[in-house]
Amino acid sequence: MSEIMIKVDHVSKKYLLGQIGMTTLHAELQRLDARIRRKEDPTKRIGARDYEKGESFLALDDVSFEVSKGERVGIIGRNGAGKSTLLKLISRITAPTGGTIGLNGRVASMLEVGTGFHGELTGRENIYMNGAILGMTRKEIDAKIEDIIDFSECRQFIDTPVKRYSSGMYVKLAFSVAAHLDSEIMIMDEVLAVGDMEFQKKCLGKMNDVSNAYGRTILYVSHNMNTIRQLCTRCIVLDRGKLIFDGGVEEAIARYTEVGSACFEREIDLSTASRHHVLRKKVLFQKAEIHRGNNVYSSDESLDLTYTLDADGDHSDIRLMMILFSSDGTRIGKTESESFSVHCGANEIPVSVPLEGLADGQYYFEISILQRSRSFGRDKLDCIPNMIPINISNLEVFGFKGDRWWSNYWGHIMLKPIRLLNGHGDS
Amino acid sequence: MDKEKQFLTTITSEHKVFDLHLRETFRYRDLIFLFVKRDFTAMYKQTILGPLWAIIQPLLTTLVFTVIFGKLAKLTTADAPGAILLPGFLFYMAGNICWSLFSATVEATSITFLKNRNTMGKVYYPRLVAPISTALSNLISFAIQFVLLIGFLLFFVLTGKAVIRVTPALLMLPLLILQLLILSVGCGVIVSSVTTKYRDLAMLVGFGLQLWQYASPIAYGLELVPESIRGIYLLNPVTPIITTFRWALFGSGYFSLTYYLISWGMTLLIFFIGLILFSRIERTFMDTI
Repeated sequence: MSEIMIKVDHVSKKYLLGQIGMTTLHAELQRLDARIRRKEDPTKRIGARDYEKGESFLALDDVSFEVSKGERVGIIGRNGAGKSTLLKLISRITAPTGGTIGLNGRVASMLEVGTGFHGELTGRENIYMNGAILGMTRKEIDAKIEDIIDFSECRQFIDTPVKRYSSGMYVKLAFSVAAHLDSEIMIMDEVLAVGDMEFQKKCLGKMNDVSNAYGRTILYVSHNMNTIRQLCTRCIVLDRGKLIFDGGVEEAIARYTEVGSACFEREIDLSTASRHHVLRKKVLFQKAEIHRGNNVYSSDESLDLTYTLDADGDHSDIRLMMILFSSDGTRIGKTESESFSVHCGANEIPVSVPLEGLADGQYYFEISILQRSRSFGRDKLDCIPNMIPINISNLEVFGFKGDRWWSNYWGHIMLKPIRLLNGHGDS
Repeated sequence: MDKEKQFLTTITSEHKVFDLHLRETFRYRDLIFLFVKRDFTAMYKQTILGPLWAIIQPLLTTLVFTVIFGKLAKLTTADAPGAILLPGFLFYMAGNICWSLFSATVEATSITFLKNRNTMGKVYYPRLVAPISTALSNLISFAIQFVLLIGFLLFFVLTGKAVIRVTPALLMLPLLILQLLILSVGCGVIVSSVTTKYRDLAMLVGFGLQLWQYASPIAYGLELVPESIRGIYLLNPVTPIITTFRWALFGSGYFSLTYYLISWGMTLLIFFIGLILFSRIERTFMDTI
């Protein structure tokens, strides 16, 4: 077993609830006076919940783990799980309430890009500034400045004050400094989520290189599972301050999505949902029941669910229609069922919606009930927008395991691979 | 694997009373100089006169003092009976540049945590780096002003308007300036530690410094202070520094070893209280600021 670089031993961090940091000395004195005279606190907001003195919130609760040299550990968890608190403790920004953290090397923390950048200083001066804040000496920076400038792709503007930089250049410059640090431990909080696609790929590649070549230890927090897959060799899952999983990347991601689907409803009540275009209440959605226990699918799976339709009589020639939207509201496509008949009362209709070709991302549906009519072709009997959210997460993009789908550039549909004609393929 | 392995850095919830990471602070000396440089560049970028502003301000203050306290109010500029009277301008200028070093440093270090919370909340570097660099940038301004003061002194001596005695006491000047810096950093650091929770004190700083200035012999000579309260008056740690500064520079004035040593004692006391508070606060101030 190789050398241990980070050892987190039963670490907790407690925050006081209620008025953290108090307000002013005056208010504090008023409070003291009230306590002496046993009156009600005059500074308390009327109707505010009365936090007992000492009532606290454990942002981290007895977390222990070890990281060896050269490991790249991803930390995942929902918002408020304690990821950022953990990084803040390891990077010594604030002290833990209990437990100890042992570090075997210099720590470079990138909880933000461009810490200490000053708009009036030039790019070159800011490299020195930022490098020094991150713990480099002048000599070390002197030795690396050319590499840093090359990596940042900002050579042309390096002697211009950074206040005139575009935000993209700013970020590139800042990341370049951090990527060239000599520290043995690097801590990153989703900073790669910036810059353009090419640069992000370059950053991930650089992180992989330094970790492999120099045995650098990396802690990386992200909500983007694909960058976690690309970068990390091991993963830790936090949930409400507790460490709930420590192990392989894929299992950790599965565990995390499980945690994430805790708030996911399997049964969706559609009877009270807001709907439009209901002319005659002939057939209406009652509820939808998702067969699976979570809403994460890969594109070779299908979304299986059972609709319950409420009909006021027997009707035939009924169809279901589902329009797919991406999370930003773009219309992606439409699918329809074959026609079927319903009888008076509740009808259970199990359906399977193929998700083939969908790229990674979050989607939702607009669901409708249609009936063929003699006058207008077809009537819309019911229509409910913004329903049934699903997540698509593919393990492979065109056969490359762990590659990421860039929906900003590539859209939402993964078209079938291009076929080489006349047998020109490698195989 | 050895479980009791020693780590290079250990972070615990326990807190040593006097843990200042001095060695680490020394390792970050490049950062101190860069902070000083940044302060200077940022301060004078996009100004026409640039660093000239460092001398314009004390010059104007000195002129105002010469006119109001010297010519109109006719306050004495003697620190001791029978001392050689200097041109008022030199007297006021010596007091003013010392005072502006003191007050500017107190004011700037008193907002250390507030001003640097953006960087301190994201990256660890020894927190003492910030007040040290602030003090150094003020020292540079002082150096510029001091050169100007020497220039005026030579001018007055050469034109026969002033007589000065060159004494070995001149060697005390660096010590006095160092003491002034330590005292001001001590005061500023106390305020900055308390203001992470209560912002009120920051409001008081400007006003308090103004009052303090009137309680120090800047605008008048020590002779103006009645004999009966002189003993209490000299307990103000700034007073012996200022009078000794003038005594050492001009070769005449007031010097009392007792009060000077008391002043040093108070300076060190304030400084260490400041450092203890600072090292207590620096660990968790990000949670309350």
